[in-house]
Amino acid sequence: MATINKKRQLGRPVSVVGAGLSQFGAFPDKDSRDLFVEAFRDMIQNMDKGFDIQDIECAYVGNYSSDLFEHQGHTAPIVADWLGITPIPITRIENACASSGSALREGVMAIASGMYDVVLVGGMEKMTNLPTDGVTDVLASAADGLYEVPAGLTFPGIFGAIAKAHMDRYETNLDHLLKVAIKNHANGALNPKAQFQQTVNTMAERRIARAQERGQDVPEYNSELDFLNDERANPWIAWPLRLYDCAPITDGASCVLLVSEDIAHNFTDKPINIAGIGQATGKPLHDSDELTSLSAAKAASQQAYEMAGITVSNVDLAEVHDCFTIAEIVATEDLGFFAPGEGPRAVDEGRTALDGDHPINTSGGLKAKGHPVGASGVGQVIEIYHQLRGEGGERQVKKENPTVGVTHNVGGTGGTCVVNVLRRES
Amino acid sequence: MSQQQQASPPIPAPVPQPESDFYWEKCKEEELWLRHCKACDSSYFYPRDICPGCFSRDTDWIQSSGKGIIHTFSIVHRGPTPSFRDKAPYVPVIIELEEGPRMPSNLVIDDPQPEKIKIGMAVEVVFEVLDDKISLPKFKLSS
Ligand SMILES: [Zn+2]
Repeated sequence: MATINKKRQLGRPVSVVGAGLSQFGAFPDKDSRDLFVEAFRDMIQNMDKGFDIQDIECAYVGNYSSDLFEHQGHTAPIVADWLGITPIPITRIENACASSGSALREGVMAIASGMYDVVLVGGMEKMTNLPTDGVTDVLASAADGLYEVPAGLTFPGIFGAIAKAHMDRYETNLDHLLKVAIKNHANGALNPKAQFQQTVNTMAERRIARAQERGQDVPEYNSELDFLNDERANPWIAWPLRLYDCAPITDGASCVLLVSEDIAHNFTDKPINIAGIGQATGKPLHDSDELTSLSAAKAASQQAYEMAGITVSNVDLAEVHDCFTIAEIVATEDLGFFAPGEGPRAVDEGRTALDGDHPINTSGGLKAKGHPVGASGVGQVIEIYHQLRGEGGERQVKKENPTVGVTHNVGGTGGTCVVNVLRRES
Repeated sequence: MSQQQQASPPIPAPVPQPESDFYWEKCKEEELWLRHCKACDSSYFYPRDICPGCFSRDTDWIQSSGKGIIHTFSIVHRGPTPSFRDKAPYVPVIIELEEGPRMPSNLVIDDPQPEKIKIGMAVEVVFEVLDDKISLPKFKLSS
């Protein structure tokens, strides 16, 4: 039998030289293709040295389910046509909420293989055509239809069960979860592309104002936590998770331009290099060794760190997959920023805030920026791209000259996890 | 609690595949059976012909005692899909069976409250008739 050399290195280095994001939110008059065009236009308008779209040689687009959300299959060539980049090859990648994380990985490998120099990767999801019931039904189809769905074990139920396991094993409590939402909304309030550009405090004030307007009982809140503990304002979805523990339903698209590192300076003087990529697969939750951790996230991060030649102490900031608040806490432990069980205390101590030593989800995360599922993985990469280039604006991390950023994109309940390490050229 | 709402559509019944026919037939008879691998002497869930541990095809079936413990749970207050709307609040659980395997299911309990349920509590299987082909294995607290 041949000896397999599992070296897992890129054949040649790859850089990100451009990034574009559509507005995230609910847009009744836009299809996924329109959203992708918006993201692409945003990218082109912000290319540092201009760019001829005819230079794109190949494209990958992440999308979970245009079929069910929009009754539209085979969406990749439609996107190519709308962008005016036919006849280059374009392929849709589906890996649930990690679809564009996986699309990016395909793009990186296409360049690393030597086949192409310039590749467009992105993601898109148009979710709000359907009523909420319809959306949750489509999302539920990512769970196992034979054994999980009949038990009502869909995403909020499963992440609720993960939260309960974390609370049982460690000193995690409900306020820790809510503090993740408070932080991510504080960051989202500083992100002009975010679906929710409001702090929790603003939302509490609005609720008070609404009650006054309508002559109803006016609630009194002493703090953001106080507001989030009001069951009328923040009802239970799947105990121990409330409404504000869940990412919203979002329309949006994202794209980045990948090039071979040796030509990156033709496009920008500030390329961000893909230092490491990792992707791993996990078993269904009931069969996982641990409930308080996603094994795929640990494996994918080890791959990515190893390829990048870094340890966790080199990481300046991260965008992680906070589809639920507990998922962010688990992610910060799986990625090694904090020891198992220490994630909640880190939130308490503000270590994951913009001015903390491990800023997490400076974009507002899926929670506040929004979660157009197929677009989220590349959306995370875009936030890190801007932060490492010092373009974070009001939400720029406080630490000086961040060099290394990590993205963590989960599909399903950990069936797929994609982790990338991005590094600013020194 | 949601009597005013329109009746929800039925829960989408699982469509058994040939390799799980036996499992669902036994559920219909109110028995819980598990796949067992003779090559590595382990039991596993979901039911399938080939062992996920060692990829052996030398597998048979064993009857589970139907007893186990709660491995974790949540309490769903907002049914995620229309079919679950009037079932809420209900309790998704992961059960660890005496024989080793864990399985996703529901805990059947009146007025579910977090204080009433603890990880590690003993449970036993019960069956809920869904239609003339499918009975779903669920669990109740052991008395
Ligand atoms: Zn075996």
